[in-house]
This record gives sequence, structure tokens and C-alpha cells, in this order.
Amino acid sequence: MDLYEYQAKDLFAEHGVPVLPGSVAVTPEEARAEAEKIGGPVVIKAQVKTGGRGKAGGVKLADNADDAQAKAEAILGLDIKGHITRRVLVAQASDISEEYYFSFLLDRANRTFLCIASAEGGVEIEEVARTNPDAVAKIPIDPLTGVDRAKATEIVAQANYPEAIRSQAADVVVKLWETFVAEDATLVEVNPMVRDPQDNVIALDGKVSLDENASFRQPKHADLVDAEAEDPLEAMAKAKDLNYVKLAGQVGIIGNGAGLVMSTLDVVAYAGEQHGNVKPANFLDIGGGASADVMAAGLEVIMSDSDVKSVFVNVFGGITACDAVANGIVQAFKLLEERGESISRPLVVRLDGNNADEGRRILDEANLPGLQRVDTMDGAADKAAELANAGV
Amino acid sequence: MAIFLDENSKIIVQGMTGSEGTKHTARMLRSGANIVGGVNARKAGQSVEIEGQQLPVFGTVKQAIAETGANVSVLFVPPKFAKDAVIEAVDAEIPLAVVITEGIPVHDSAYFWAHACANGNKTRIVGPNCPGVISPGKSNAGIIPADITGPGKIGLVSKSGTLTYQLMYELRDIGFSSAVGIGGDPIIGTTHIDALEAFENDPETEVIVMIGEIGGDAEERAADYIKANVTKPVVGYVAGFTAPEGKTMGHAGAIVSGSSGTAAAKKEALEAVGVKVGKTPSETAELARELYKAQ
Repeated sequence: MDLYEYQAKDLFAEHGVPVLPGSVAVTPEEARAEAEKIGGPVVIKAQVKTGGRGKAGGVKLADNADDAQAKAEAILGLDIKGHITRRVLVAQASDISEEYYFSFLLDRANRTFLCIASAEGGVEIEEVARTNPDAVAKIPIDPLTGVDRAKATEIVAQANYPEAIRSQAADVVVKLWETFVAEDATLVEVNPMVRDPQDNVIALDGKVSLDENASFRQPKHADLVDAEAEDPLEAMAKAKDLNYVKLAGQVGIIGNGAGLVMSTLDVVAYAGEQHGNVKPANFLDIGGGASADVMAAGLEVIMSDSDVKSVFVNVFGGITACDAVANGIVQAFKLLEERGESISRPLVVRLDGNNADEGRRILDEANLPGLQRVDTMDGAADKAAELANAGV
Repeated sequence: MAIFLDENSKIIVQGMTGSEGTKHTARMLRSGANIVGGVNARKAGQSVEIEGQQLPVFGTVKQAIAETGANVSVLFVPPKFAKDAVIEAVDAEIPLAVVITEGIPVHDSAYFWAHACANGNKTRIVGPNCPGVISPGKSNAGIIPADITGPGKIGLVSKSGTLTYQLMYELRDIGFSSAVGIGGDPIIGTTHIDALEAFENDPETEVIVMIGEIGGDAEERAADYIKANVTKPVVGYVAGFTAPEGKTMGHAGAIVSGSSGTAAAKKEALEAVGVKVGKTPSETAELARELYKAQ
């Protein structure tokens, strides 16, 4: 889960990383009140989970509270790369002497953590890496030993931060590592990390990604979810404990196993090329069990998507037996009927693997309205795409 | 031969007395795997009956090895306790630890991987978040169904469980030397490259099938490895061409970040080194079949 800048900075502050005073506002009036509280010039920053805010007009300096209100008004509602700004951060404006780059992240390739640091900050680090690779220090961090003061001292030297602020920067680095570990983060990025005229080192911006697998020991992270910005279908699926991602297409997808479902999306997209370019409408992995309840919950979410014109249920019975899945589908139809919901769009089901013959027999016998059985994945994808195209 | 797992494998199960552990221990036993016991500190000294067999429960992995000569551990330990369980297996120097558990925080995986490295990698870790390893007709460590296919000449390595089953099913007439599910987490123990190396050296394996998916650059690095080191024919499949940027697709590691980790880039990298990449799982199976027949 990616956080907004203001959330990232709240976490920084909790862990002792220096940030400037500020607060989030959702209306121009709130921005004004916050600016009054801070006093003096403030920066109004759009809170969106994408880069390039400055260029898009999402970051403005305001001289006073009146100005803060006007600037917030201009920024709220702004579309930045498809992200609508619904919040602004009002923060004390700072005098900046220098800007640096700093991050801790997961290094998948080397199966460890990595620190990336540069004395050239405030611009995209990828750009610096391209134009001046020597200016970017990449330092592997051993998960067993982490970052203590000595390691931090080594890091700030390798990053070539100016001598005058290395000690302060090392303190900040230790606290950023504490944030990274304590919050189960996969990314903690500060760009820019700035030096002010008094040689203080401050995290002026913040980007944090959190590991959702750690939610069992990070109960506070649930509060950081922006429910308002969630896709309503994704929120509905989440409430039902389903692994669902909304996509922009017409063929609803239900499958078992993340890899098979990803593959199903691709196969449907290829099939769609022959059928009016219809595409998959979602990712939905119902996992190993594929019980009637889970199947019903999945169908309910997919039928709530008005873009969906056909549904493809693609199950390979490995651990799950296909007869159990078929019974799940039959029960799901009943459950939905009882709830007064209809399976109003055609369903193509492919069952293969463990007990496939029995599963197919159960489906045939149930003779469910609008349900067709196709026994190969490619064939079923083609049929689902054809039906979606006919229904568009 | 087969890789990682064979008829001499003696398996213990960490988390055997939990519901998943018991269920899959029974499945492994039914498929003929030699399971010699389980580990649970709170039930040490007891024994449990699974599939008509009395399986002893040991307090530690070390003790289980000492008493049974176990050389494989399969872990069904819940995410909360998985880090300590893997570390215990590593400290006991068991040669193979198969971590089935899904949902382990990546900081924990990074930690136990670093710990395994610091211990000189005496334990091969497979997973986490994987279906395990099967060498049909010989042994089965994990949750891969044993009745899909029998022994044969294809070696398979995959990030995905169900795609493994799908490909095993499509190629069931040929059969498999071993199938290795390496898992879909951002940090995993055994990689595509490790499995490719083992299949290259395994006389029983004639054709290798490699299944990847979006996220990271493991497939690209595997392509480099194939070019330099693999002489056997390799067929590839990559899932996730239609995945949007920035969304996790089921597996914690399956995410396109910016322009990196895309399926297109992985397919391109594999094809650039001569690996035939199927457009669908069925087409991938057909490519493997053709190469097998041409052997």
C-alpha cells in the first residue's frame, strides 16, 4: 500500500525524522486555518499518489492565510495524471540551501534491502542515475544487522553529502531505517531531503509503501487506507475478503490461483482481438477452496459491475476437486437467487483437472440459466469474449 | 535423478498438527512421500495418526533430524511464526526447506534469507508462498497434486501453483522429472536460475518449462543464465500481459512498477536468447511437446 505524502510524514514524525510543521486540508477554508496556525509563508501541496505534482501545478507557495486559501482552492480538484486532488498538505515554507536524495527499499534481485542516496536531490533519481551515475550511491543493507549509527555514517559519506551536515544526516538516516523496519515498509523515500540555512537536515517530502502481508502486526495501518479513493467494486470485494482488481473491460473473470487468473486475463484479451476488442473486466482469484460462499461472493461483485457483459469462470482443479467447484457454482446461483439478485449475464465455465468429469456432469444436470460449459481454457475464453461482444 | 527431491527424501512437516499441515501431510502420504514425523514444540513426544500412520512429533527440527535422518522439511507454519520456523530449519542444517506459507511479511523473508546466507546456504529454501516440489513417482514435498501426471522427461519451474498444475496436466502424457513451485513473493529462496541449473545437470530432464509472471526481473536474469549455461531446450510462459501498473495481482510479488516488471519485457528477454514463449498455457505445452519429440 502506497501512502500519501502527509501520511508518510506523519510516520516520519512518529519515528523522530525531522519534518516541517503542517497538516492536511480537504477544503480551502481548512487550508486557510492551517496556514494561520503555522503563520508566515506556507506551501500548499496536492496529495496524490503520483509524481510530477510540481509540473502539473499541484505545489504552490502562499504568502499568507488568504493566499493559502486561494491556492488551495486552485489545487483541490486538480487532475494530476488521472488522480483527482481531494486533499492538500499545508506545510511551513522553508529556506532551502541544498537538496539531496535518500531512500531505503526492497532489492528483489539481490533478496535484501538497498539504500540509494545522492547529494543531487529534488529531481527524479532515475534521471540522475542516467545523466550522472557516479552521483548515485547504492548501498546494500544486511537485514541481520540493519543500519546503526556507524552504518549511517558510512552511508552519508558514500552519498557524498557535504561534510558540514553529515552528522545530522546520519541521525536522520538511522531514524528513517527505524521507520522502514518498525512500519514493515518496502519503500521509504525522501526526495528532497533538504539542508536549511541553519544546517538542519529535514525530510521535505516523503514516500512510503507498506507491506500488506504485515497487517497482522501493524493494526494501525488499516487506518491509512483511503476508502474514499478506492474503487467501489474493489472496496466491496475487499469487504468480502476477495482478491479482486477492477480493470477496464467487459469480460468478468473468476479463477483459482493468482498465476492462472493472470493468465486467464491474457487469454481473454487475445481472444477479444477477434471479438470487437473486448477485454477482461477484473482480476479475481477465489483461491484453493472455491466454496459456494466464495463463488457466490465473487459472482455478486462481478454482477455488480455494469461494464461486465459476460463472465468466464476458469478453474483448474488441483487441490480443489471440480465437483466441489461445480456444486459451489450451483449453490452460488441459488444463494444469489434467494438474495433477489440475478445472474443477468451469460456465464462460461471451464472446469479441468481433479474430478473434472463429475464437475461437468453436475453443471449439465443443474442446467443453470445462461451457463455454458466449454472444456478448454482457450476455447472458453473465446466463447466468453464472443458473448461479451454480442452483449456490448 | 530428478532435482531437489527423490526416493531418498525423508520428510518432516513443521506445522503438521495444524489444519493445513494435517490435511497436506495426509495428501503427501497418499502420494507415497516418505514422511517421518512433524515438529511442534508444544506437542513434543506425542505422536499423531495420519492416513493410518503413527507420526512422531518432535520438539525441534534438530531433534527430528537426529532421530529420523530427515533431509527435507515442509513448512505449513502460519505467517506470524514462519520466520522463526525457517530459522530453526536453517540452524538445524536440513538440506531442503519448502516454505508453503502464504502471507509472510517481506521483512521476515529478507531476514531468514540473510540468515541462511550467513550460515553458508547449507539449507536450500524453496518458497515462501509456493506449492512445493514434486518428483513424480519418487517424492512429494508440498501441495502439488500427485495424481496429475507421472514420472517423465520434463522439468518445470514456476512462480505459480495453478499454472504448474495446468502445464503438468497438459503434458501428462510425457510426464515430469520434477516440478518446482518457487513462489510468487518478492523475496524467495530458490530462483528460476537455481532450478534451471539443476535441470541442466539432471540426466533425466530433457526439456525445461519455465513459467514466470509480472514483477521483478527474475525472468530477465534467467534469460541471461540460459544463454550462458543451458544447453537443453527451454520453453517459457509469462502471465500478466494485461496487468495494470501499480496493482498487486494476487501474488505479493506480482506487480508492475512504473515500466519495470512487465510481461512484455520478460517475454522479449526470453525470446532474445532463443527460448520459445507460448502465448497461452496450451500453446506453451504444445511448444514443449514439439521440442520433446524433436529430442
